[in-house]
Amino acid sequence: MEILVCVKRVPDTAENEIEVGPAGADIKRSDLVYSVNEWDNYAVEEALQIREKVGGSVTVVTVGDADSEEVLRREMAMGADTGVLLSDQAFKNSDGLGIAKILQGEVLKGKYDLVMTGALADDGAGQVGGMLAALLDYPYASLVNMIEVQDGKLTVGREIEGGNQEVSQIELPCVLSIQTGINEPRYVGIRGIRKVASVEIPVRGAGDLGLSPDAVGAAGARVKRVDYFVPPLGEGAEILEGSMDEQVEKLIDILKSKGGIK
Amino acid sequence: MAKQLFAYIEHAGGSAGDTALELVTAAGKLGAADTVTAVVLGSGAELDKVCQEVASGYKKVWKVDNEALAYPNAELIRELLLRLLPSGSLLLIPNGSFGMDLGPGLSVKMGGAYVSDCVNLEGLEGDALKVVRQEYSGQVSTHVSCDVAAGAVVALRPGAFPPDETGGAGGQVEDKTAAALSGGVPAVRRRFVEVREAEAGDVDITKADILVSCGRGIEDEANLELAFELAKVVGGEVSCSRPIVDAKWLPKPRQVGTSGQTVKPKVYYALGISGTFQHLGGLKGNPFIVAINKNPKAPIFQVADVGVVGDILQYIPALTEKVKEMK
Repeated sequence: MEILVCVKRVPDTAENEIEVGPAGADIKRSDLVYSVNEWDNYAVEEALQIREKVGGSVTVVTVGDADSEEVLRREMAMGADTGVLLSDQAFKNSDGLGIAKILQGEVLKGKYDLVMTGALADDGAGQVGGMLAALLDYPYASLVNMIEVQDGKLTVGREIEGGNQEVSQIELPCVLSIQTGINEPRYVGIRGIRKVASVEIPVRGAGDLGLSPDAVGAAGARVKRVDYFVPPLGEGAEILEGSMDEQVEKLIDILKSKGGIK
Repeated sequence: MAKQLFAYIEHAGGSAGDTALELVTAAGKLGAADTVTAVVLGSGAELDKVCQEVASGYKKVWKVDNEALAYPNAELIRELLLRLLPSGSLLLIPNGSFGMDLGPGLSVKMGGAYVSDCVNLEGLEGDALKVVRQEYSGQVSTHVSCDVAAGAVVALRPGAFPPDETGGAGGQVEDKTAAALSGGVPAVRRRFVEVREAEAGDVDITKADILVSCGRGIEDEANLELAFELAKVVGGEVSCSRPIVDAKWLPKPRQVGTSGQTVKPKVYYALGISGTFQHLGGLKGNPFIVAINKNPKAPIFQVADVGVVGDILQYIPALTEKVKEMK
């Protein structure tokens, strides 16, 4: 099975406090730690497991600037066969549909049976996979937490509310957006990263993908972020101050009065 | 407002979802509470029951009745909505597991825009829909402007809009089955097989008065022992947020959240939990929330009653010791 996995380099929210920068134009990016979007990493692992079972290849692709190469290399160190960077000034400030159009250009250059994305990324939109499927006119399933490969089709599970799983059969080629927890992504060691450090990663721009520059980027975007802001905060929690001992004692007093200690 | 506004009604077992009345509130923010049309697709007696219920909140209700709609398949429903909705329409949908399946692709096929997971609507200025979203797991908010000239699908975060419980709309139910299905039931390439119910766990966290709940801040599987010790001395059960289940450190029945269990404890210890809306969506009954988190910007501090900014790996053992001494 020929598999394409779409990945994104994002600030790691587990490692960073995200703060709004001057005039709300952007978040403060100077000290951020970046990594591959967590959902995408599960998608790559799932692709590798499918390749191990039925053969084929795994290609990872991202839309971004030169820095995004590092996440492609990370996923190649995990085991992906090939990485492709889609990069062009014209891609800057694309909305979700713009990103989906750019990815569509790459999908059409290959012969993929299965295209995967993460279900969500840093902007929480959860949109690119479904848009890409519609542009390609492929069937789609979101929030996928189980994949079984059959002849010419897949049985997939979707995570729905209440911890239940919706099971469907879906024809190939298709697009799936992957939910975290579907597998246990393998560890990537420093040796693995070194092995792929000098592998050449092709870079493709709008022209290579047959895209008109005004269909993507800021020019093509119908959804635009006006600014970042921190909403006026409500009362919020009473934050306990003092030494750890003092904080713990206060906490216990409060908990006792609220029935938090039986 | 010149644009026709529609609200997609999710339902199951003959009852409309909580989001049905939340969408009325959202329509009101666009000045369209009286003109929004509820769209209800389903099958048979259950569908009729839902339509009756929805007609108390919406003045206009469109129904489409077919046995193929007994379970909502986003691919099929997309095709029917494309047949039904006039071009340039605005469609409000809930941003849950079904909306995420339907919305992005529907917007592309409509030729319209898509804006997802809105937590507020600020209004429509000409063709510019102004919405509020969140990014980075709720750490920052954004104002977003969406060009809806060619129509749009607008997905709203469940629970972000209070339900409009005014009722008494006296809505007319119009049967749109013929219009939607005159071309036959569309062929689909994704077929529904079954829903597998969540397995039952060894403990039932939904019945606990006190929950000691851990998130990513626990850092390592071995550290969960600290939470179990604390739970033991305070007389609670251990629950967790999604990353702990994703890492397979605790079983799914221990997970609090929209994709896990809905719990209603009296006291909730949120330990190293950032407090995403998906997690908070599983926390009902207005419990007293104690939050301990290293990140002072963690959204959990917005909903907690009392908080400590610190490392749970130090605070949990300290709490356990003090409670033991006290006893």
